[in-house]
Amino acid sequence: MQYNPDLLKQYGVSEQELELASASEKEGIDQMRPSVTYWKDAFARFRRNKLAIVMFFLLLAIVLLAIFGPIVSPYTYKQQSKDLRQGPSLKHLLGTDNLGRDMFTRLMYGTRISLLVGVVTMVLVCLIGITYGGIAAYVGGLADNLMMRFVDLMMTIPSMLIIIILSVVLRDPMESLFNNPRFSGLATIGSGLISIFLVLALFNWLGMARAVRASLLMNRSQEYVLASEAMGAKSKWVLTKHLLPNSIGVIIISATGVVPGAIMTESFLSFIGLGVSAPMPSLGSMANTALNGIVSYPQYMLYPALLISMIILCFNILGDALRDALDPKMRK
Amino acid sequence: MLKYALKRLATSLLTIFLVVTLTFFLMQMVPGGPFLGENVNPKITERLLQQYGYDQPVIIQYWRYIKAMFHGDLGTSLVVKSGYSVMDVIWGAFPTSGKLGFIALGVALILGIPLGVFAAMKHGTVFDRVFIFLSSLFVSIPSFIMTILLMLVFASWLKWLPVAYLENWKSYILPISGMAVYPMFHLGRLTRTTMLDVVSQDYIVTARAKGLATPSIMFKHALRNAIIPVVTSLGPTIAGIMTGSFVVEKVFAIDGMGKYFVNSISSRDYPLIMGTTIFYGILLILCNYVVDLLYGVIDPRIKM
Repeated sequence: MQYNPDLLKQYGVSEQELELASASEKEGIDQMRPSVTYWKDAFARFRRNKLAIVMFFLLLAIVLLAIFGPIVSPYTYKQQSKDLRQGPSLKHLLGTDNLGRDMFTRLMYGTRISLLVGVVTMVLVCLIGITYGGIAAYVGGLADNLMMRFVDLMMTIPSMLIIIILSVVLRDPMESLFNNPRFSGLATIGSGLISIFLVLALFNWLGMARAVRASLLMNRSQEYVLASEAMGAKSKWVLTKHLLPNSIGVIIISATGVVPGAIMTESFLSFIGLGVSAPMPSLGSMANTALNGIVSYPQYMLYPALLISMIILCFNILGDALRDALDPKMRK
Repeated sequence: MLKYALKRLATSLLTIFLVVTLTFFLMQMVPGGPFLGENVNPKITERLLQQYGYDQPVIIQYWRYIKAMFHGDLGTSLVVKSGYSVMDVIWGAFPTSGKLGFIALGVALILGIPLGVFAAMKHGTVFDRVFIFLSSLFVSIPSFIMTILLMLVFASWLKWLPVAYLENWKSYILPISGMAVYPMFHLGRLTRTTMLDVVSQDYIVTARAKGLATPSIMFKHALRNAIIPVVTSLGPTIAGIMTGSFVVEKVFAIDGMGKYFVNSISSRDYPLIMGTTIFYGILLILCNYVVDLLYGVIDPRIKM
């Protein structure tokens, strides 16, 4: 039996005074209240939020339309017909644009891009942020201090400017990289989009890393972790059974917070002519194209503009509702 | 206080150095020179490269750029205002952008904070609910869309306000609204949240028990503490207003920094992109510095 010498010293107990837990005492650990109650509690609170439920179903409808719509649609995003600038009809639900492309189909593709940007950025942010924050919390000491100073420094950089510069810089090398047949698979996603993922992830993981580190350290110093260790729990057990489950709430809150910001930044970049490259439509680049004829054809501006705002609104309201439901401080 | 101010100044200067270096080397990574084109005599290209010093090793170019920067020289615009020095372009355009941004920030603060305070005072009432609803809605509309929607409704359809340019006071209303709506509701929401936190504290109860009038409690006692998180969020707010100005100036055809910045990106005018980025970067970092000092002044509990 190996005891943690630091803990023994800290509490002034010698190894001889300790005795092994009996089988019946060990059962007590396994019968601890299952953590499901937290989620049930959170879910109940979430369900009481009527607006969030409405937004959830609205978002679900938008997501389903973005995933399956383009498959069902008889048109593609670049297919042109001779009917330019048609009004809405049965043939083209929202009419056609200045090049005779079906508006509804293009909007669905654009929504796909927006959602993809949100989700991929969120996943990348989780990967980088949790790893970084986890390592910082685990190693502690000088390394932790240095790692966190680096995060502080990154936070002081005006991110939007560097994001813009990076989008300018990455554009051409990415394009030539994807013209290489070895990476042809990636080319279907598009070079502009991939650089957007990278650039957005690069500046959004900071908050997540901070939150994860803070949450891990906070839980690490709680008595129940000490109790678990005193009963002989290994660090792996403590990490997977205590620290991570108790940080999930924080992770979810930070992760959902990233999504609307990422979607907003992508639409902004596409609007100023960076980001997703034509003819692939993004809601931002569709708005940019519509700017030229805005007085005569405001509908080309209104459709993508309202759609972006609606998607961001859904994510904002859902994010707020999730925070209210998951934040233990909000519990009454 | 002085020690804190100096320490923060040092980090700010470090960040400025980082931004300048990052910008310079990132722009170096862009493939293709500035004078590439079809049917250009290679000798002419060579001469041009020599004239602008682009034939030197990168590290020497970097050194020269930094040295020139200290003399207020950020190079020469190649496309957007070809032949003009970047610094002239910036000084010509910045007053307009600075004025717009400053007014927009002022509007956002003067309207946003009281709105947040009133919403917190009327917590749970119709006013509060409407405010929450509107703020959720308006912080979900990116400022470029807000600007365009305002332009469509008030200039193009109702024809109440001018569609473009800055000529009289009326023409300022739409660009400023486009920049101010998002930060106004963002700051308002933040104020409301922090106010609700503060008013449940004991010293507010004491103030009430003494029989002070509610407005006096709210604005004199509660706001002092509630304003602190709002002040810290000023840095990102200023950055947001600046980003908004890029689009506002493009949409309303205003001769400001934002318009040149966006145009320099679309026409790949590298010296201008680099110059404006560095200028904006330094400006933002200095703004953050001032905000941090302000933060220390407002909240004396901060460790200095």
